[in-house]
Amino acid sequence: MSFTTAHIWTIIIGLGLGSYLLRLSFLGIIGNRDLPEWVLRHLRYTAVAVMPGMITPLILFPQATEGTLDPVRMGAAIATIAISFLTRNATLTIFGGAAVLFALHFIMH
Amino acid sequence: MALSKDFRQGMRDGTPFILVILPFGAVFGVVATEAGLNLAQVMGFSVLVIAGAAQFVAVQMMVDNAPVLIVLAASLAVNLRMAMYSASLAPHLGRISWWKRGVVSYFMVDQAYAASILKYENTPSMTPESKLSYYLGVVTPICPLWYLATWGGATLGTAVPADLPIDFAVPITFLALIVPMLRSMAHVAAALVSIIGVLVFAALPFNLGLLLAALLAMMAGAEVERRISLRGQA
Repeated sequence: MSFTTAHIWTIIIGLGLGSYLLRLSFLGIIGNRDLPEWVLRHLRYTAVAVMPGMITPLILFPQATEGTLDPVRMGAAIATIAISFLTRNATLTIFGGAAVLFALHFIMH
Repeated sequence: MALSKDFRQGMRDGTPFILVILPFGAVFGVVATEAGLNLAQVMGFSVLVIAGAAQFVAVQMMVDNAPVLIVLAASLAVNLRMAMYSASLAPHLGRISWWKRGVVSYFMVDQAYAASILKYENTPSMTPESKLSYYLGVVTPICPLWYLATWGGATLGTAVPADLPIDFAVPITFLALIVPMLRSMAHVAAALVSIIGVLVFAALPFNLGLLLAALLAMMAGAEVERRISLRGQA
């Protein structure tokens, strides 16, 4: 890395400030104004619209295996979904999914 | 503010995320230190940016000696989803005072957003103040440990065996959050469009494929909801 200290801090502070403004954006501007129903209807789906897309490449093409399908990670993902459906409990799901992940890892390696 | 019932419930719901925050933060500390950043700079990232994915992108591009503006553009693009979270939280938290909204904005991280929005939609009777208490409860076990794990990784180095699949802690916690959200056909439609969209637009640079996929997915969810409610009226 060939950055000066000033460059490094420019990146850190710029990214910090920019991220903060993105986070504040709508929450800060809209405040207590009522939004039209069609906007609210779209916003209700924000989480299910962003998060599945975020993790799909991580599940199908893990960087750790140079982007090839990995039975350990794939198996853990399927087990996590199954545990979530069966238990409807996030804590159990996270610990169960992690347990399956490490179990598969040690079986396969 | 006394530790209200909502705050304590939030803390309980936020606690399992420690399982992803600790390894993720520690790995960032290790990677950023090995990239050549000093302790203040590594901590500067985790305290000022407080967004793992964007931090990793920034450090990776710095290792590749990308120009400063390109580093900023690419890592900020990763955080564009935060504006969507902000809009999504506005109907719930828009009525609290401006400085409290400022605090929520600083602590806006994926896990806190997802846990809170799930809680708000399942509990329509919550007041804006109790929604705020819940939110702050969720971030209490998450964010301080993010700083601590980063510091641990930066100062202690690679105590974590390199071949453990800890990268997968992120998909596991996200799956635990997403599955309970699939409450209606509209939610399922949005999730499917999100998955297909991100694969179709995979070639777009700067994470823009995810943004485009997410916008289409929100439209799909809203449209399915509208059609279902029309059918209900007919």
